[in-house]
Amino acid sequence: MGINFNDYSGVNESALNLRSKRSEILAGNLANADTPNYKARDFDFQTALNANMDGASLTGGHMRMTHDRHFNVGGGTIAGAPLQYRTPTQPSIDGNTVEEQVEHAEYMKNTLEFQAAFTLLNKKFKGLTNAIKGE
Amino acid sequence: MSINNIFDVAGSGMNAQSVRLNTTASNIANADTASSSTDEVYRARHPVFKASFNGMLGHTKDGTESTDESAGVAVLGIIESDAPLQARYEPDHPMANEEGYVYYPNVNVVEEMTNMISASRSFQINVDVMNSAKQMMQRVLTIGQ
Repeated sequence: MGINFNDYSGVNESALNLRSKRSEILAGNLANADTPNYKARDFDFQTALNANMDGASLTGGHMRMTHDRHFNVGGGTIAGAPLQYRTPTQPSIDGNTVEEQVEHAEYMKNTLEFQAAFTLLNKKFKGLTNAIKGE
Repeated sequence: MSINNIFDVAGSGMNAQSVRLNTTASNIANADTASSSTDEVYRARHPVFKASFNGMLGHTKDGTESTDESAGVAVLGIIESDAPLQARYEPDHPMANEEGYVYYPNVNVVEEMTNMISASRSFQINVDVMNSAKQMMQRVLTIGQ
């Protein structure tokens, strides 16, 4: 009986990858809390997770820059989920849409869910180890 | 790995906020620096922030290894304030010019204090972000143990 690691680790591996990707984006939002005209960004985790499970790569859909003077437009998708802009509840005068409390809450929530995914994945590996050792 | 990018992003945020704190400190310290001419008088300095999509943080820019979803902060430069200077009539002042006027900087101390609070709060948040990224990474290292 062969064990396929991809099937075995299931959703947890994708979840862990996407959680770390999302924490990167939220960290960017928090770092730019005082940058004029910066727009806070995020992606829909559910969509990205489903697409990633179906084999979408973690990044894709970027404009390729073939010349020095091309603008780096950013954007793109995370595993098939478009990177979207957050709608602020209280828009600020300098065009910045980062709301520190919202981003901070999302970041913390994301970290906890990362830890949850990690714990589940870790359990899977522990189960394998136990099966190998036969203890 | 994207957790590594968090250190870059939060680090650039801390860097930008410390530049801002630095200019604030300099502005407050020089709030009462008198001068005898409008050219020599100290003017309030403020940094200009810009979102830098990872190209500036040392990643490839050909779009193949695209890591430009997250953005760090770049300090574009420091600008001097155009606000009017304060000319005060103080003939006894050693720096007074022929007409008896001394020029004081256009530093708004109230504005500088709010800038200071905002900068130190933002700095703290970036430290928080970096700390939890560190915890995430340490946990990943214990996988399978």
